[in-house]
Amino acid sequence: MAKANSEKIWLSGNEAIARAAWEAGVTVASAYPGTPSTEILENLVKYNDVYTEWAPNEKVALEVGLGASFAGARVLVTMKHVGLNVAADPLFTASYTGCRGGLVIVNADDPEMHSSQNEQDNRNYAFAAKLPMFEPSDPKEALTMLKEAFELSEKYDTPVLFRTTTRLAHVKSLVTVGSRIMGPVEVKIDKDPAKFVMLPGNARARRQAMVGRQQQLLAFADSYAGNRIEKGDKKLGIITGGVAYLHCKEALPDASFLKLAMSWPLPEQLIRKFAASVDEVIIVEELDPFFETHIKAMGITCTGKDKIPATGELNAAIIKKALTGESPELFAPAAMPMRPPNMCPGCPHRAVFYNLSKLDVFVSGDIGCYTLGFLPPLSAMDSCVCMGASIGIAHGLTKAIGGDQYKKTIAVIGDSTFLHSGINSLANMAYNKSHATVLILDNRITAMTGQQQNPASGATLMGEPAHAINLEQLCRAVGVEHVTTVNPHDINGTRKVIKEELERDATSVIICRAPCVLIPEMRTKKITPLTIAVDKCTGCQACVRLGCPAISWQPLTPDEAKALGKKEKQKGYTRISTEMCNGCGQCRAVCKFEAISEVEVG
Amino acid sequence: MKPSGNILFSGVGGQGILLASEITAYALLEAGLDAKKSEVHGMAQRGGSVVANLRYGDTVYSPLIDPGQADFVVAFETMEAVRYLPFMHKDTKVVVNTHKIAPPSVATGKALYPHDILEELTKLGIATFKVDGFDIARSVGEIRAANLALVGALSSFLPVKEEIFLEVMKKRLPRKLEENIAAFQKGRAITS
Repeated sequence: MAKANSEKIWLSGNEAIARAAWEAGVTVASAYPGTPSTEILENLVKYNDVYTEWAPNEKVALEVGLGASFAGARVLVTMKHVGLNVAADPLFTASYTGCRGGLVIVNADDPEMHSSQNEQDNRNYAFAAKLPMFEPSDPKEALTMLKEAFELSEKYDTPVLFRTTTRLAHVKSLVTVGSRIMGPVEVKIDKDPAKFVMLPGNARARRQAMVGRQQQLLAFADSYAGNRIEKGDKKLGIITGGVAYLHCKEALPDASFLKLAMSWPLPEQLIRKFAASVDEVIIVEELDPFFETHIKAMGITCTGKDKIPATGELNAAIIKKALTGESPELFAPAAMPMRPPNMCPGCPHRAVFYNLSKLDVFVSGDIGCYTLGFLPPLSAMDSCVCMGASIGIAHGLTKAIGGDQYKKTIAVIGDSTFLHSGINSLANMAYNKSHATVLILDNRITAMTGQQQNPASGATLMGEPAHAINLEQLCRAVGVEHVTTVNPHDINGTRKVIKEELERDATSVIICRAPCVLIPEMRTKKITPLTIAVDKCTGCQACVRLGCPAISWQPLTPDEAKALGKKEKQKGYTRISTEMCNGCGQCRAVCKFEAISEVEVG
Repeated sequence: MKPSGNILFSGVGGQGILLASEITAYALLEAGLDAKKSEVHGMAQRGGSVVANLRYGDTVYSPLIDPGQADFVVAFETMEAVRYLPFMHKDTKVVVNTHKIAPPSVATGKALYPHDILEELTKLGIATFKVDGFDIARSVGEIRAANLALVGALSSFLPVKEEIFLEVMKKRLPRKLEENIAAFQKGRAITS
């Protein structure tokens, strides 16, 4: 993987961050997958001499990172923005302990919510946790700045936040690569309880140390070359950072710029100097008025969110329109059906949601591919909030309504999400006696983010075999007496079990186990596709209601129906695409007319 | 001043858009241009409408193509060309695969695939080049080569010599090189 010094290569932001971590001498990296951060560790694992792992959640990942840093290693921890909520507990106190080896936490925000449930602006964490935060604009800067972040971390005894967004993580550009240089700290056990044991007495002393550190970081920010003034037209001075800087350069190339490569702390002297050099200061930033609030608090006159949208992604056109009023005339969109994402052909989740769509129940959903069970035609999800929330929400719902509401309440959660943060909630259900039914959709992998291993998968990120958690035993161990395992592709059998367990006057778990069709073992499996005998299809649409991409409805006019030898009133028939069919058999299970069978070979 | 342009690749998750945009990007870089490409991963990839932005020129700042600024649209599925109409301008060239994939509402009989959807482009005078990617792929004996046929059709319009594209394919395609090159050339013949 190592390339020659100073060679230019074409990398995504995430690939550049992985490369930079290797060049910075990182030896330990831990993460939980989450779009748009996942590819960082998927790339870092390809380099030699770096230990990489998927942790069960972001809190664990950060604690692993903190431990490795205490030992003196340079450490990378990565997560998506909502993952930092999970890791916030260690984050705030890690700001007190500081580190030994450089500790950089990559936080990937997702403005526009391309693949997320919210678009929180995690620059606020840097302020709240009193930690420095870097924010590059493109992959090239990401590589340079990540290495600087490690130096900063060690020099100022602080974890460093490194913020990316989707339009950096998944943007590719030319990057100049270098060679690997190890960090200066000796890796060893170095007991330092005053620094590492955060009892009140010690923490108070560390809190004072943080005050001093903040002053030093402020001075650093003012001298840091990444925070730079680009002189242009004096009339308009733009303060910006991250990807918004690039959009501004495109929209208003002649303006004066203060480009902030550190989102926290802000370089107050530099900002004052810049503001004094231009007629008007406008702050252009994605999401929250973060720079704006803090710059206004310095007493500097500026504008920002009264012009620039505080929601969604920015682009050059939005900025141009906001600041100049110019907006080109565009072709109007043409009317056409939407194309939302869908579960894959052969996905075991589809069968579960097909069953749920037939039951009069409240489905408390969770985060994963199966969240797509919300979309038509399955339309079988009634809530989805955050990782692991399905079980707690189902519990709260039944406690609030009481009676036999548990007979109508189901929590649905994937294997990886269950091990991320669902297990605590299941313990709560058993402990505090609620009788809702929990479905664990165990497809053996973390699927939505691109098939990453989890503690139930039986392998590590580095490709070694590992203990696979026995979910049945785990559920029993927390106090769930009734644990049943089903094959979700067996639609009718699964429905019977779900109905029985809903009635049960006790906490119960149904593990729906069938592997994701995208894991390597399944991709190489021989597939016998299914086909429909048109003469037997009555057009009842039972299979269509599965919403499988391989199944399509072929409408018929009365004449066409007659020509096919069918009743005139038959509105159409179903076809299965042999190229797309995965042979899972779900459609065959729901067809009452035995119209679906395996394609005959030859 | 070097030539500059914006290419929008659109299609359905799983159609090989990333590979096609990658080959095009490498060809532009080999031709001495700066380039930036923006992709969307994650949820949208599951059979949904997907898009990749590729911008090239002297120095490229923003990774995103603004509405009305796509000089080329390369659509891997027919309807997905027209979906990005607000990104086109009157001189946009559209390379479109005639292959149709029914979105869920059509596949479940709730909506119809719009008849003659490409007329939405031609009636505005937008130059539209149809490529039967599926047919070309079949004819070269590699069913997954449709994306290279589309890249071939696009390549005639770009400031990059054909040899550079061929070199990039030799370097970057792990398998079925001859078939992919044949598909590229058949696509290129449609627009040159």
